Amino acid sequence: MMIDFLTLLQAAAEAGRSYGDFPAVGGRGAVWIAAEVHLMFAAFVLGVPMFAVITELIGIVGKDERYDKLSKEFTRLLVFAYSATALWGGMLLFLLTTLYPAFWGHMADIFSMSMWIYAGLFFVESFTLYLYYYGWDRWKSGRAKWGHWGLGLLLNVWGTIVMFIANGWLTYMMSPPEGTTVAEGLPDGVTMWNAIANATWMPINIHRLIANAVFGGSIVAAYAAYRFLAAKTPEEKAHYDWMGYVGTFIAIATFVVLPFAGYWLGREMYEYSQQMGVTMMGGFMSWLWIVQAILIGVLFLAANYYLWTGMGRIPGAERFLPYTKWMLLVLIVCWIVWGTPNTMIASRDEFAAMGGSRHPFLGVLGLMSGKNTAVNFMILTTFLSFLMYRRGNRIPTVTWAKAGTLTQGAMFVLSSAYVLWLGIYGYFVPTITRISYSVYQVAAVLACIIGVWAIDIFLMRGSQSRGEIRWGEMPDRSQYAIFVLAVTFTWLMGLMGFARSGIRQHWHVWEVMRDTSDRAVTPALGYAANMISLTVVIFLGLVAFIFWLGGLAERAVSKKPAPIGQPQAVTGG
Amino acid sequence: MKHLKHPFTQAVLLIVGSWAFFKFVIPLFPGSAPVPQSVVLQFTLIAAVGVLVYVSENEERWTQFKAPITATLVDANKKWLRGGLLTVIPLFIGFVVFQAARPTVGSTAQLRSIHPAPPGQITFQGRSLALEGLENPLRSRGSLEEHYETGKAIYYQNCMPCHGDLLDGQGHFGHGFNPTPLAFDRAGTIDNLQESFVFWRIAKGGPGLPREGTPWNSAMPVWEDFLTEDEIWAVTMFLYEQSGLEPRTWGEEGEEHD
Repeated sequence: MMIDFLTLLQAAAEAGRSYGDFPAVGGRGAVWIAAEVHLMFAAFVLGVPMFAVITELIGIVGKDERYDKLSKEFTRLLVFAYSATALWGGMLLFLLTTLYPAFWGHMADIFSMSMWIYAGLFFVESFTLYLYYYGWDRWKSGRAKWGHWGLGLLLNVWGTIVMFIANGWLTYMMSPPEGTTVAEGLPDGVTMWNAIANATWMPINIHRLIANAVFGGSIVAAYAAYRFLAAKTPEEKAHYDWMGYVGTFIAIATFVVLPFAGYWLGREMYEYSQQMGVTMMGGFMSWLWIVQAILIGVLFLAANYYLWTGMGRIPGAERFLPYTKWMLLVLIVCWIVWGTPNTMIASRDEFAAMGGSRHPFLGVLGLMSGKNTAVNFMILTTFLSFLMYRRGNRIPTVTWAKAGTLTQGAMFVLSSAYVLWLGIYGYFVPTITRISYSVYQVAAVLACIIGVWAIDIFLMRGSQSRGEIRWGEMPDRSQYAIFVLAVTFTWLMGLMGFARSGIRQHWHVWEVMRDTSDRAVTPALGYAANMISLTVVIFLGLVAFIFWLGGLAERAVSKKPAPIGQPQAVTGG
Repeated sequence: MKHLKHPFTQAVLLIVGSWAFFKFVIPLFPGSAPVPQSVVLQFTLIAAVGVLVYVSENEERWTQFKAPITATLVDANKKWLRGGLLTVIPLFIGFVVFQAARPTVGSTAQLRSIHPAPPGQITFQGRSLALEGLENPLRSRGSLEEHYETGKAIYYQNCMPCHGDLLDGQGHFGHGFNPTPLAFDRAGTIDNLQESFVFWRIAKGGPGLPREGTPWNSAMPVWEDFLTEDEIWAVTMFLYEQSGLEPRTWGEEGEEHD
């Protein structure tokens, strides 16, 4: 008892030295906001260069200037966003050093060398970006153009290394190397490298790499949507309609593979600590996954909605319109299944009527088998929408067109039947077998996507056009779907950041350095939702400002909008 | 019939129909129960979003859908209808808000986690026991038949009054608790858990539940005060054998519970 009391006193004394306070939102709230907004900007400035170099490459190889213009426009946004990233990073640093000095000391003891490298690389990355952007018109042809493209590639390399280093710090907090202890305030049994290369480092690296592309795509698409709505001329509308399509396509295409990286990360967390894994998936944070399901449902629906409304400007696509309502029905039913909670929010009377917090009938849908099946059907439906969009104005001319289309249809039917069968059979096998079914389901869906896509490429070779896509003739409401995508991606990022960080509970560094402040309690989902919303509003507010600046810079260069040729059909993606 | 083909009528009917299905039809299915208000609301909102997508995803339908709304808000000959709706709708919303916010004698809705995170190790009857990777030792020792019989006797002496003769959570004392004791007779319950998890829950009972996710509202006694380690393992084994469910094994992880 005496020892406990002394420990408490010691903790209280240490707490006085270890933590600062911040007005209104408290120390933790301030660090939360700064870290999250910094991360959102960082994701943007890492994601956008990825497809800036891809679109530039398409422009070089295909000798299509539209892509080059598009790439440059992406990069112009980067220049502004880069400063914002650095400013929020600096703010985070100051907040951590003033509000969590002991924790910061702990991290600096281990990671100081990597922090210097990080700062150095940030410097190099900035200058590469400036060279890349400001050298655009100077190095625009011949070998110089390839050199310029190389700069874009380098920008990605620096950015990726910078992200990997920062990921090492935060994953160390979650999964420090085995045997790490704190002796006299200094970590023992840990080197900088084994702290960086911890159990969750690589899964987070991959997860974030993909997520950055998704995020960058959605923000660029939102920029295009904003410019589309503000456009004064048909040419401008056509250009930004096309740009919005490219951004959305990249966001959705990369988004489809994101769950696999997430699954790997989750598995590594379980492997590292079962307690952490259960807290995340089945414990008090489990409801977070329902919120996630709702948000991802919004994403799927908004993406499909955008494609369906977009078919209105594709000659010939009207032949697919009768099918969209059935696809919508599939999406909605799957969304409901995925969003069905296993443990429901209920009053005591409702609990009594159900015989617990699990509904005796709907509870079946709350399990992994039902949810995985639903998600896979949503992915397949979205892919089908995209296929319809792509084929809208095309007439295949190859002799085997009918057989090819039938094979594609058979692939859809087979993979759907397999996914459904595993989903139902999953209820009758041991849990461990059921978990492995999710991998088979995903494999079936991916095989279908790859197979159908491969056939489609050959099927559409030399296809006839039913008419050019009427870029710019998009209803305004379709652009709001793009905004919904951007806001939802941003919110989702905040939510998943909270999940990853929150499962450490009262630890700064899991089972190594305890949070002894009065803020050590893990916040409830409601509080977290408010904080996430606040960060999203701050981020999107600043992004809106950057968008406006982007337009301002363009107007300063030329009072007249640059003559942009009516874009050609690019439904091939 | 003509009205039924109008997108606006279809939208209203679809939303009201979905709500009625979630609220009144789902409870009628065999073995079902009333759906909590929060879930009815969640499902209805999803259905409503779907309906809005349906009416607006093509231009013609969207124009038709908007027509009666625009006409009601703008047309001079719809002054009385407009006035009526602009009075009734805010009043209705006010009434709903009032109903939701007014003080009642019932408890507020709450979220209860049913799968607490187990600690890495526990102190069982004074000695330390690592839960992670722990297997039921009785499965590799002695006669399984005997362990099953021992577990059965322990279950009927100690657990049956609450968890029920059929392991369905319907024991004769069970109705005195809210939430009622857990059922073990269906998929999605103990088959999601390793035996060490069940051992931990039996040994530590309600008082041993982690602080996170409180209030647990669990009346489960601390059985380590009454049973030996082998007896708890035996009753754990009985639960799985009797329900026909297989315990989760240690291996690949990732099951989602909500």
